[in-house]
Amino acid sequence: MRNFENKVTAVTGSARGIGYSIAEAFAKRGAISIILDINKEDVDLAVNKITEQGFKAHGYQLDVTNNEVVEQAFKQIVEEHGRIDVLINNAGITRDTLVLKMSEEDWDRVLDVNLKGTFISTQKASRYMLKQRDGVIINVASVIGISGNAGQANYAASKGGVIAFTKSTAKEFASRNIRVNAIAPGFIETEMTAILPEGVVSKYLESIPLKRMGSINDVANLCLFLASDEASYITGQTINVDGGLIT
Amino acid sequence: MDIFSKVKEIIVNELSVDEGEVTLEARFIEDLGADSLDTAELIMKFEEDFDLSIPDDEAEKLRSVGDAVNYLTSRLN
Repeated sequence: MRNFENKVTAVTGSARGIGYSIAEAFAKRGAISIILDINKEDVDLAVNKITEQGFKAHGYQLDVTNNEVVEQAFKQIVEEHGRIDVLINNAGITRDTLVLKMSEEDWDRVLDVNLKGTFISTQKASRYMLKQRDGVIINVASVIGISGNAGQANYAASKGGVIAFTKSTAKEFASRNIRVNAIAPGFIETEMTAILPEGVVSKYLESIPLKRMGSINDVANLCLFLASDEASYITGQTINVDGGLIT
Repeated sequence: MDIFSKVKEIIVNELSVDEGEVTLEARFIEDLGADSLDTAELIMKFEEDFDLSIPDDEAEKLRSVGDAVNYLTSRLN
């Protein structure tokens, strides 16, 4: 299936983890996959991993919280590849701690990367999408942004913000044929969740109706669908990929 | 190129209208069919091409081609 042949698809925070799988999934379907991440070495490694398999990828090192750098990156992407078809705002961090013990820096950093970073990339990429009268934006939120979680107030606030931002931008851009949706992954097997103690994992699994963790492919598959023409009547939504955790 | 010609060229490109429609009296929304996104993009294009920054409260007052030409003329002289 190569339904994204030569579509220019940019994913932030895609050198590793869920972001990488999303970038690779699009590349496998013919897209020109643009890897955006903060660490130059990781960006190069990710690009190589995709091109070694015979697929198309290019990388740009950037910090999503840096307005000028992100603006320059999208300008360069459009100069080099002619357009920008899909933007996936995936870059995100956690600084988990109870509100009582949360430093202002813990709060600011998470909000900056997860929420402001989404705003900045959306603003820069949408300038080109508006001109093209075509584009898809997918924001990676989280079930935590819907249900909340003790110890993750900063992360929950940022992801809840991403969901509200998604609804607003969907309305702003709809007249230009740009769709904006959010996805809310639940408990997904990643480097982030691999470090959790056994007891915590089994307790989580009890609350998931499908009784298993999701894979990063489950998340990538949802992105592929939302970015495709099959989803052409879906905008402003948040779709959970969480094994039934939240209904 | 004088300011009116440059403004006209920008409007023709941004709003996909005929050059003849872009008179000084023409209003962006009512006469040239612009929506709020168009007007925001138009202001950004003026800023880019004339190399200046237009504050939001000034931008709101630019409703017609003539408004834009007068404003840009006053800013550039």
